[in-house]
Amino acid sequence: MSYDIFARAVWVTAQKDMRIYYRKAPVFIFGLILPTFLFLAFFVGRELDVELYFPGFLAMSLFFTSSSVGPLIVPWEKQAGTFERLLTYPVSIATIVLGDVIAGAIFGIIISSIVGTVGVLLLGLSVESMAILILAFVLGNICFAALGVALSAPAGRVPANIMMLAALVRFPLIFISGIFVPISEMTSPGVYITYVSPLTYLVDALNQAMGQAYVFAWYVDMLVLGGFALAFIISARYVLTRKSLKGL
Amino acid sequence: MHAIVVKDLHKKFGDQVALDGVGFEVEEGEFFGLLGPNGAGKTTTIRMITGVLKPDRGSVTVQGIDLRKAPLQAKQNMGVIPEVGNVYPDLSAIENLDLVGRFYGLDKTTRRSRAERLLVDLGLSERKDDLLRKFSKGMRQRVSIACAMVNEPPVLLLDEPTEGLDVMSRRLIVEKVRELNKKGTSVLMTTHNIEEANRLCQRVCIINKGKVVAFDTPERLRKTVEKIQTIEVAFDRRIDPGILEGSNISKVEACGDKWRIYTEDPDKALETILAVKEREGLRVLSIATCGPSLEDVFVKICEVPR
Repeated sequence: MSYDIFARAVWVTAQKDMRIYYRKAPVFIFGLILPTFLFLAFFVGRELDVELYFPGFLAMSLFFTSSSVGPLIVPWEKQAGTFERLLTYPVSIATIVLGDVIAGAIFGIIISSIVGTVGVLLLGLSVESMAILILAFVLGNICFAALGVALSAPAGRVPANIMMLAALVRFPLIFISGIFVPISEMTSPGVYITYVSPLTYLVDALNQAMGQAYVFAWYVDMLVLGGFALAFIISARYVLTRKSLKGL
Repeated sequence: MHAIVVKDLHKKFGDQVALDGVGFEVEEGEFFGLLGPNGAGKTTTIRMITGVLKPDRGSVTVQGIDLRKAPLQAKQNMGVIPEVGNVYPDLSAIENLDLVGRFYGLDKTTRRSRAERLLVDLGLSERKDDLLRKFSKGMRQRVSIACAMVNEPPVLLLDEPTEGLDVMSRRLIVEKVRELNKKGTSVLMTTHNIEEANRLCQRVCIINKGKVVAFDTPERLRKTVEKIQTIEVAFDRRIDPGILEGSNISKVEACGDKWRIYTEDPDKALETILAVKEREGLRVLSIATCGPSLEDVFVKICEVPR
């Protein structure tokens, strides 16, 4: 394999996605407006401990933003007829998947960094471990950007359909991942359901980074997030390859 | 070294056999045509050569590089205009070309200069900064062609490049592809336009029902159906074609303002035509005898209705 062509294909795909898809309305709606309204619906007007719930809100914001770009790209490109053209360039399905993941992750990192900075500077929240926070940001964004891409892999040519499917998968996750009820306060057997959600481990890592109660050691959270990211990337590549064998 | 070697390609979609042992070679610097009726397997073949689709069996090499073993390096040597292949409507013409140049690893100066030159050559320099969603189909196709040429590839693959285009766009595209071919680029083109293939291609491969049914120069292929001859005649007024039919004439069909007469014996057919002219008091405006066209070969080999 030619690693320089591979790396170039990944990065140019990501650049293309950033230039075209960051400006699309569904990315704004599902990645920025929706989490903001969810925050307003659940947190504003209630006497909640901001320090306790902020890591959960930060995780929710990161989750929605990073997973909002991926579901859009493949169906949009298939509909526009650019996906087949893209495959004729020196790229492969693996490089397309990785490029899409990087584009989603960078979008998530930018937005969640703004949200995190606002929380720290305006609300006066403290960060106990900057290293865990940065690691959680990077792995969390990669993981959920990969989830977005994996969700779009079996998609057809209608972006609206896959955005709805993505919403159907993403919404339940925020209710079972310790955002609204801290994991440390949950009792079994409900707590076991939270363990199947990758978002749980991001919330847990952010709790630890911001000095709140946490359940797992930071490296467990990171390993699980990394494992989920890998699983999403492999499944996206597998599904897209299978579909291409059948003629897309 | 051959520019493209296609060996024994097989592909099934469910129970449907799309390709059944397709194979051919394209020489370096050759203009090669791939012809066939709808559903014959032309686009499937092109999609396999461009790496979009994987064959069930068989192999493709481009510039000596096996597509299965080193797909990225093989694709680095190609410029492709797929049948279902569009340019990005949310980017301008120059941005589309710049993006493609990046995929091929061209530096910024080269990308810029080639993009500017191609847009001038294809008559789009004044619209280079406009988003493609504002372009007509013909203009978008010209940008698409430019995208396939920006890396100055040794091998150019075109799948129905002039389908549905206006005359100006078609001429610009054909001229540009011809110019690249003259400079040494090997071209593989699929087309429905048999006259275009006849004019441009040094060799053609006709496929039907997933199999290669003919493979030679247009001239030699025409000789395989030599016994079919046609006479094209224009009279000063419309006639009932039935009056021309006789023992020496197998078929009469309208061809614009002329009549095309199919015969195996042009001498006898001419006598019949002149007899009809005298009897009906007609004036002959033009008359020409023609050998079998590539279309005749295509119709005969593929058994498609004319």
